[in-house]
Amino acid sequence: MSMSSEIIVLPPSVTPRAAAIRLGELPMIPLIILATIAFMAIFADVLAPHNPEVGALTARFRPPFWQAGGSMDHILGTDQLGRDVLSRLIFGARVSMVVGFTAVIFAGVVGTALGILAGYLGGWVDQVIMRITDAWLALPALTFAIFLAAIVGPSMWNIVIILGLVYWTRYARVVRGEVLSLKEREFVRLAIVAGCSKLTIMRRHILPNVVNSAIVLATLMLGVVIVTEASLSFLGVGVPPPQPAWGLMLSDGKQGLMVGYWWLTVLPGCCIMLMVLSANLLGDWLRVKLDPQLRQL
Amino acid sequence: MKQFITRRLGYSLLSLLVLSLTIFFFVRVTGDPAALLVEPGASEDDIAAIHQKFGLDKPLWVQYGLFMASLLRGDFGQSFYYQTPVFELYLDRLPNSLLLALVAMAFSLLVGIPSGILAAVRVGRFWDSAGKLFALLGLSLPSFFVGLVLILVFSVYLGWLPSSGSGTPLHVIMPAFALGWYFAAAHMRLTRSSMLEVLGSEYVKLARLKGLPQSWVIGKHAFKNALIPVMTLAGINLVLMINVAVVVETVFAWPGVGRLLYEGISFRDFPVVQGVVIMGGTMIVVVNLLVDLVYAVIDPRIRLEK
Repeated sequence: MSMSSEIIVLPPSVTPRAAAIRLGELPMIPLIILATIAFMAIFADVLAPHNPEVGALTARFRPPFWQAGGSMDHILGTDQLGRDVLSRLIFGARVSMVVGFTAVIFAGVVGTALGILAGYLGGWVDQVIMRITDAWLALPALTFAIFLAAIVGPSMWNIVIILGLVYWTRYARVVRGEVLSLKEREFVRLAIVAGCSKLTIMRRHILPNVVNSAIVLATLMLGVVIVTEASLSFLGVGVPPPQPAWGLMLSDGKQGLMVGYWWLTVLPGCCIMLMVLSANLLGDWLRVKLDPQLRQL
Repeated sequence: MKQFITRRLGYSLLSLLVLSLTIFFFVRVTGDPAALLVEPGASEDDIAAIHQKFGLDKPLWVQYGLFMASLLRGDFGQSFYYQTPVFELYLDRLPNSLLLALVAMAFSLLVGIPSGILAAVRVGRFWDSAGKLFALLGLSLPSFFVGLVLILVFSVYLGWLPSSGSGTPLHVIMPAFALGWYFAAAHMRLTRSSMLEVLGSEYVKLARLKGLPQSWVIGKHAFKNALIPVMTLAGINLVLMINVAVVVETVFAWPGVGRLLYEGISFRDFPVVQGVVIMGGTMIVVVNLLVDLVYAVIDPRIRLEK
């Protein structure tokens, strides 16, 4: 963990963690998929061939170009309002990326902070935080999110806050457990003897040692959060229309499913699947790489 | 033992208390809860009646008392849309949810346990990798996508199964598959790791030393013991399935509790949403308590822990 204080005897080539991650061993496929989605999200305005929120009602339910009736103008077809599916998928990547990352970070910051406070301070602070964590963990995440969404109403940033509120408990649990063992370690005791304040110890000595676990958890959480966001949008309490979110596209596409308009559901579904799969693969890899203790989870 | 039960019961009650406080708090933190609890387009009189009923002009702790008093009486409020008590609606839907959950559970165990055992017995070989891939897909494929693809293939293209509704045994197949898919992966993972642990134990080594055939060792000695954690998880998951089926039930228009929650959202029927959430949380806290108690009976080490 905190190697920097003990490296005197080690030759420099063996030491820091940075050297442990080499390009060749990176999980390339998930990284490429995530990078592609991120690229689509960032340059959506340039990449999308059409306006994702405006369609021509005369051009409804056009199939992808390789099917009879499709054209190169709408490569992946159009939806029930005549909007270009490819453009909506590209802009949908933006929603998923923004919601996924901000919610994971929001939940991570809150959960890690509260986990450290609970673990290090103990006593009633620990009791209050962990009782809330236990109780909130009893609610299925999606149900809890639906409940909150029903109260605050749909908007992209509300979803971020809701997902943060629902998922911080996962971090708090794990981080608290680590802090409990960390605070018995020598370097923390030394810091106490040296007269560091509690705040300094938590910030300078505890936090750097739990960051790895938090990052691993965050990567694994990314997939979960994206599925939850898509589920909320699918149920109509997520990102409000006409904003193009993948979950919303699936839910709209449901109407056309019975008559065989497969591209309206299969394509956004595949996008969600690819993103979640990549996040999970990356998370598993990071878990093994950064935190051998978490391997058993 | 008595001490353990008391402490564990206390924790569960505390969890329920925190849950009720959470729900109470979130409903009130966003402004006037009457706006949520009153029908869309209600008159001034209706709003005044809600204020009266929940004592919204009184101090917060009095309001919480009133809220809890009505919850404990089983009064979850009146559904705006159905004009019947929420609790009755919930009980009406529960058997359907239970049926779906049971079939999905059966499916997930039938797939999860054999594949988990196969992966453990052939660890590091082809079936293990196939199992890992299956688990990864199971945990990564959102249930609504699985559901919609199933409809596309089996209802639209092949015309074998009804795409939505309930009533015949055929109706339950696809929703159960879509719901059980994720859990099958979870059960497979646990069976594999539990089986690996058991296979490394002394008594399995002994059975092997005695010269028992492989099938006998696995089937008789290892299988039974490896199954204990899996069955525990299955017990918890059954309750979880009832409460997380909202997406699957929406896709297949299955009239269960999840569908009720969805109707609650789409008709802006807040008492229904609140009721389903409270019931879900309560069920899960209770089942966790039961599992812990059963475990304490089986395994004395647990009840002796601090």
